[in-house]
Amino acid sequence: MLRDEPVDRNTLAEIVAGDIEPGSFVNLGIGQPTLVSNYLTAERDVTLHTENGMLGMGRAAKEDEVDGDLINAGKIPVTETPGAAYFHQADSFAMMRGGHLDVCVLGAMQVSATGDLANWHTGEPDAIPAVGGAMDLAIGAKKVYVMMNLYTRDGEIKLLPETTYPLTGVGCVSRVYTDHGIFDLSESGTVTVKALFGMTFDKLQSESEIEFVDATGN
Amino acid sequence: MTKIVDTAAEAVANIDDGSTVLIGGFGNAGQPMELIEALLDGGATNLTVVNNNAGQADEGLALLIKERRVDKIICSFPRQSDSWHFDEAYRAGEIELELVPQGNLAERLRAAGAGIGGFFTPTGYGTMLAEGKETREINGRNYVLEYPIHGDVAILKAFKADEKGNLIYRKTARNFSPMMATAAKQTIVQVEEILPTGSLDPENIVTPSIYTDVMVAIETESTALAAREQGAK
Repeated sequence: MLRDEPVDRNTLAEIVAGDIEPGSFVNLGIGQPTLVSNYLTAERDVTLHTENGMLGMGRAAKEDEVDGDLINAGKIPVTETPGAAYFHQADSFAMMRGGHLDVCVLGAMQVSATGDLANWHTGEPDAIPAVGGAMDLAIGAKKVYVMMNLYTRDGEIKLLPETTYPLTGVGCVSRVYTDHGIFDLSESGTVTVKALFGMTFDKLQSESEIEFVDATGN
Repeated sequence: MTKIVDTAAEAVANIDDGSTVLIGGFGNAGQPMELIEALLDGGATNLTVVNNNAGQADEGLALLIKERRVDKIICSFPRQSDSWHFDEAYRAGEIELELVPQGNLAERLRAAGAGIGGFFTPTGYGTMLAEGKETREINGRNYVLEYPIHGDVAILKAFKADEKGNLIYRKTARNFSPMMATAAKQTIVQVEEILPTGSLDPENIVTPSIYTDVMVAIETESTALAAREQGAK
């Protein structure tokens, strides 16, 4: 897939949603991945998991629906869908760690060519660390997708031969969705470029020591 | 046998200085605010607290930290937009932090209650949170050895109880409480309503009475929310 312009977050969320198999059980991380839920239509029958103890999470609660006992992992009030189930957090993380979820979509600060994920800590000495469920999510689902901008605000590429920030999980990411393209990662470190948005393959290759394979024409 | 007391103050009266206190809740959902307030009033100090977070805004656990009653916190996600009391204590070097991935926190509590001496988990392998910990490759996958977290006391919020001490929870307010109820020497629970024994469907009990030591009935917003939900159906 090739597009002339970079894609915005909503378009990217729609692309991610389109790649999720109907009937899947899915966990969407806090931040950008949450947008994916806007494009998971009812006929796709996707069940959302939230790690604080629920399957069948619905949309964000509107004013008169807000219930302090019904929140998502980002502590935002949400709603329940028909067929929802509640469980405690040991069960919730067993569900994840046990490989029962089909897809998890996470944000990232950096991803390596072999799928190492860094998304919880910049490593700065004065930063107060907070990990939450990030490390559990990273290694839990059958497929772990990352959704992020390809570059930092300072213009540094976030898909790297090796990450420099503290790791969240080793070799856990299978695909990276970005505003500039979609990348399939592999154990060997070869990265297959599935799509490019507003960027040429040559430009991408010139910016990184990663060995890319051009599959944008497939 | 479960003891039913009249006030939150009585419920937490025998929590000693230096105790490890497991506090239920994820954010404010399921956090036993009234028991925490009573603990604050009671003066217990030098506590080690286990909770997913390190307090929000100016209530509950945040106030225990503000008043420097907590020497150490074991949690997964201390830093939030409204965790200013924790942030201040941490930056001043006045609180020790043990950061634990959320699923490991839940499982370490579960292990404590289930008599498990330790377990190998893939979560955290290869990260700085596993530094210095024993690892093992099992069937081609790498795991980290984690140990249980035992509490001297658990303070929890449940939705309804019967007089025997069986508990049910409400929605995502359940979170860590069922494991914490099993992992402490003494489990103290605030519930919206204590019903006559036999009123709860045995098939639906989440925490069986064997784990509940002390209960106090305190009506909170949860009762109104449940009533509203019932009315909407």
